Amino acid sequence: MDHQSEKKTAPIRIPTPMRYCMNLTLIGGLWLLFFGLIRAGSITNYWSGIIIMAGINMILAVSLNVATGYLGQLPLGHAGFMAVGAYAGGIWMRSTPAAGLIAADKMAAALPYVLAALLFSALTAGVFGLVIGIPALRLKGDYLAIITLGFGEIIRVVLTNIDSVLGFKLTYGAAGLKRIPKFSDFTLVFVCVILCCGLIHMLMKSRHGRAILSIRESEIAAESVGIRVTYYKTLAFVFSAMLAGVAGCLYAGYLGSLYPSTFKFMKSIEILGMVVLGGMGSMTGSILSAGVLTVLPELLRSVADYRMVAYSLILVLMMIFRPRGLLGGYDFSMSRVLEQGLNALLRPVPQQKGAGTNERSAK
Amino acid sequence: MNWLSLAFSQIVNGLQAGSVYALVALGYSMVYGIILLLNFAHGDLIMVGAYTAFYAMTAFHLHPVVSVALAILISTALGVLVEKIAYTPLRSAPRLSLLITAIGISFLLENGAQLIFGADTKSMDPFVRGVLTLGNATVSYAALITILVSVIAMVGLTLMVKKTKLGKAMRAVSEDMGAAQLMGISLNKTISFTFAVGSALAGIGSVLYLCAYPQASPTMGSMLGLKAFVAAVLGGIGSIPGAMLGGFSIGLLEALVSAGGLSEWKDGVVFAVLIVVLLVKPAGILGKKIPEKL
Repeated sequence: MDHQSEKKTAPIRIPTPMRYCMNLTLIGGLWLLFFGLIRAGSITNYWSGIIIMAGINMILAVSLNVATGYLGQLPLGHAGFMAVGAYAGGIWMRSTPAAGLIAADKMAAALPYVLAALLFSALTAGVFGLVIGIPALRLKGDYLAIITLGFGEIIRVVLTNIDSVLGFKLTYGAAGLKRIPKFSDFTLVFVCVILCCGLIHMLMKSRHGRAILSIRESEIAAESVGIRVTYYKTLAFVFSAMLAGVAGCLYAGYLGSLYPSTFKFMKSIEILGMVVLGGMGSMTGSILSAGVLTVLPELLRSVADYRMVAYSLILVLMMIFRPRGLLGGYDFSMSRVLEQGLNALLRPVPQQKGAGTNERSAK
Repeated sequence: MNWLSLAFSQIVNGLQAGSVYALVALGYSMVYGIILLLNFAHGDLIMVGAYTAFYAMTAFHLHPVVSVALAILISTALGVLVEKIAYTPLRSAPRLSLLITAIGISFLLENGAQLIFGADTKSMDPFVRGVLTLGNATVSYAALITILVSVIAMVGLTLMVKKTKLGKAMRAVSEDMGAAQLMGISLNKTISFTFAVGSALAGIGSVLYLCAYPQASPTMGSMLGLKAFVAAVLGGIGSIPGAMLGGFSIGLLEALVSAGGLSEWKDGVVFAVLIVVLLVKPAGILGKKIPEKL
């Protein structure tokens, strides 16, 4: 009897397999919605291009969020990793038979090459992340920001000038790497966004993720309880670089031509702006603000000149009045929202229901 | 002889560019020394100063001396304004927020300038002409003025920081903000004054930049500012002679790289120097080793 009453007042929890099913359904539904609209022609080519760009920016923002929001560092060279990924993917796609297959509209046959390109981009960017991260992460704060900025600029200068040094055609310098087969379609970008977010989520919910968060809170305390600070810092940094490389590869496959001047310091700041506006440490925030900041300028074409001014003004005002970003550290979870709703409906007595989760979102 | 005079002119070029870097680096160094803020907007003050001088001379046909004074005045006012509006409310905020604000201000100034003045590069006739002939070699008056002015500015700044009461207050605040406040030093006044001096130096730097390359563009400040920051780090951040030394070194290095036919690699080399300095001797050549505050 006693046992039963306890069961009645206990907050409802949705079982884990059901959570996965719910999330997969939601993702599938979202894909079906957009895919259907694009197929039916309700979303024009122009807008589906913008949606693809928004997806690429989302990957960039969530990947930078790993280093900024979760690890608590401020790398300013994210565009450099994107550039590495983009050029790696572009050069790979040009030199494999995939180009001919895509030109002949045989996407299915070209798919293995595309996946290999994404992997190759991620690995190349990851190697760069490792080479840059090991020395850079010895520094902190402003110095880390400035050294990553330096590395980012060096990557751009090298991409511009490497052909003249090596004597063969690799990046085509400032003239740009052209005629990359355009392999990024909506479905590919969508899957990549979901995969990247899923990977980050899995990492952050694991003990490795908690180690990374503890470094953000206090490096000394983390070290004193036996967390390998250097290892986890490098891990998060390389992971962030790899995802940026994936975004770069998709970018190359969407535009079909690459110019080193795209990956200036400005690009890094743009990505940082997305993370900061959404809320550092909130994946939902990064995704939302990346989407909004990509789509909004297209809606406001008539005042396009003021776009960047407004963008920077928002950045400054945000820091002064709401430094944690729009969502702060809040992350959306459908199962949590549902649980809270069900609890409110079926368990009207104000117990300690969902105390842990409420605390986080209200922080 | 020909080779010698070529080397001489390259050295003068390097020193001239280095003087501008040094002046800007001084501003970076002072601000960083006092509130530990990497003031990204500092480079863009140069852009504002350059535009002011440019329009004063071309559109309003003011005398160069008046234009120069105006440029210095406006960049100083803007520097203090930015500090009051954007940095003061964040004084107790995390350093990351402050840094992002500075980046935002830099972005704002650049894009604002682009909106007002247009994205194109505006060129004018050089307002300092003529060369000084020394035997086989020649030195332009512009280079001479640039180097002289920057040296005078550095000496003046050193004297001010060492001898005056405000200079003493600046040193006290940079050492320990709380203790300085307890000793009756006005924090707001001192920090604003530091920004004013730093921005005035940026204003002077902008005019000297115009002497060397008579043109203005909205993004001219960002790369210049970054390189000046490299100079400040190289010399040792927080140190006045260090900033000067760093500025001249970067200028000479750039001239050397350009003379070697690698001018495309100039920016890359400067940042490579930065990385090496940060890894080998983060305190810089003349800087003191300060443990990072936790």
